[in-house]
Amino acid sequence: MSEQLALLIAATLAAGTPIAIAGLGLVINEKAGVVNLGAEGMMLIAAVAGFAMAFKTGNPWIGFAAGMLGGALAAMVFGLLAIWLNTNQFATGLAISLFGGGLSAFVGVEFVGKQLSQGQRFAVPFLSDIPLVGTALFRQHPMVYIAIALTASLAWFFYRTRAGLVVRAVGENPESAHALGYPVRLIRLAAVMAGGALCGLAGAYLSVVYTPLWVEGMVAGRGWIALALTVFATWRPARVLLGAYLFGGVTILQLFLQGMGVQVPAQFMSMLPYLATIVVLVLISRDPAWIRLNMPASIGKPFYP
Amino acid sequence: MDVSKRLIFKATAVAAALAAGLAGCGKEEPKPATPAASAAKAAPVVEPFKAAWIYVGPVGDAGWTFAHDNGRKAVEAAMGGKLKTSFVEKVPEGPDAERVIRDLATQGNQIIFATSFGYMEPMLKVAKEFPNVKFEHATGYKTTENMRVYDARFYQDSYLAGVIAGKVTKSNVLGFVGSFPIPEVLRNINAFTLGAQSVNPKVTTKVVWVSTWFDPPKETEAAQALINGGADVLLQNTDSTAVLKTAESNGKFAFGWDSDMSAFAPKAHLGSAIVDWSNYYKKAVQEAMDKSWKTGVTRWGVKEGQNDLIKIADSVPAETKAKVEELKKGLKEGTFEVFTGPITDNAGKERLAAGVKADDDWKGKVDFFVKGVEGTVPAGK
Repeated sequence: MSEQLALLIAATLAAGTPIAIAGLGLVINEKAGVVNLGAEGMMLIAAVAGFAMAFKTGNPWIGFAAGMLGGALAAMVFGLLAIWLNTNQFATGLAISLFGGGLSAFVGVEFVGKQLSQGQRFAVPFLSDIPLVGTALFRQHPMVYIAIALTASLAWFFYRTRAGLVVRAVGENPESAHALGYPVRLIRLAAVMAGGALCGLAGAYLSVVYTPLWVEGMVAGRGWIALALTVFATWRPARVLLGAYLFGGVTILQLFLQGMGVQVPAQFMSMLPYLATIVVLVLISRDPAWIRLNMPASIGKPFYP
Repeated sequence: MDVSKRLIFKATAVAAALAAGLAGCGKEEPKPATPAASAAKAAPVVEPFKAAWIYVGPVGDAGWTFAHDNGRKAVEAAMGGKLKTSFVEKVPEGPDAERVIRDLATQGNQIIFATSFGYMEPMLKVAKEFPNVKFEHATGYKTTENMRVYDARFYQDSYLAGVIAGKVTKSNVLGFVGSFPIPEVLRNINAFTLGAQSVNPKVTTKVVWVSTWFDPPKETEAAQALINGGADVLLQNTDSTAVLKTAESNGKFAFGWDSDMSAFAPKAHLGSAIVDWSNYYKKAVQEAMDKSWKTGVTRWGVKEGQNDLIKIADSVPAETKAKVEELKKGLKEGTFEVFTGPITDNAGKERLAAGVKADDDWKGKVDFFVKGVEGTVPAGK
């Protein structure tokens, strides 16, 4: 039983990781005041780019780099439209999402059914030999630990550094930041591209490590979950990570319970993450101070210098 | 132009771009028509017979739609220049399908194949408008004068896979990644279990439902959950190769589904349950051509060469291979039926009396797990 629990925890961490990385990326651009609904499309573009490069070179890390580049480029297209031309952010994001789905399918045709060389299993030396704890925590792909490190560094960046303060200022009140002489549009573009790069990393992780294969539409809604997650986490990096494990855990838990012969309605369990998001939305709406403190004040609003 | 007007203008532009993009999704493969055109110029020859297919997925899905498209290619090759085929892929089930089917009918196709269950009602509607066109619907149950149904018998493949699984398993626990608890899928789970029990009475089957036909990461998670629960041979009726790959990376075993998946997992792959629609397509097109086409329901399986379990791994013991061949022979000759009584469900109730061979009506109403499958069928109780 405890062995089962350890495996459950291990699977939850692995399942939550791509959602966490994408969610952290989206927090960056939302902190700067830009909502990019294109997460799903960027992840798909990155998934195919990452898979293609990992397939051609045999090196998953080059795949991750390609995924980040792909995600950042797709985000740049979005940024140029939404930040410079001031197109509607939501419509543009949706367009990127649909466009990414189509483009990745088109480019990816020749990679359907291709094989990556079997990845080696990872284990942290010594720690992974601890019974149960080792199984649960220390036999993960390095990306799982990178996601945790990323969370810590983002929290530090936003709340402990000057640059982080500037990004937040751009998201809170772009007019004031502009008056102080900060290049609001450039900062927003940088934030959008950083967000795209992280969504890309998440997409590449899905196709190169987690599944590992490329098929059309394989991100299967995880980009949308990441978007819901930023609100759920009220834009705080640590809460994004916890929320991602929670969202990942719910899926894994219901599959595990079924595997162990416990009957739960699968549909009910797959509804839970979204239900939790709605509950959190209701809760934070009841407390205006909480929103004022955490939600970037100019989120989704165009900026005209 | 003031700000709000600009915004509206731009939003409209984006919406227009989106609409254009969406419209582009249902694209048709333009067939090079040059040979036919030049032939027509040279001499007044008979115009080629036109047949069309509509697919729910992309032709590159390596599964369901891929198998149908292979069938289409085979029939076109077999008919030589007499037949011209076309297809429309990725057509969502619903109103869009009706439009696509009507388009295909007005373009002069004399026979149209719809390859997903959800095309039934749209096709029925269009079939009434075009009484001279023949309509063929896969996996449905409604027929009219000019619309008929064809289907495959996947449960036969599942049974054969079960025979191998029952022999190969060491933990005596099999795993099944299921999409939705509909009769088609329940039949496969039951057949898989019955097949395994025929060689190894101790076998039990665990089932995990993923509520989707296609979500590779979720299929991976489900397969992992089954393996963690003790299963060491897996079967799935979802559409990707993810379950097979998960078995490979865990050192367990699994089967390919819909098409030959042996290349995806050299060590884990025990065999591939395939469907080959080409014979049926040849027959249907031929009948439409020589006007002998009649409405009805056709369900073909191993007997007609439509279903098969192929690429059985070398690691499978020779006696088991021989047993599978013997069963295939029985299926071909009609002496063996997968669902032969006594069949009891896992609550102990008898569902088929001893010695009775199940008919298609019984198979269409399967709503239970046979003895040996763990858990209960979700909902619908």
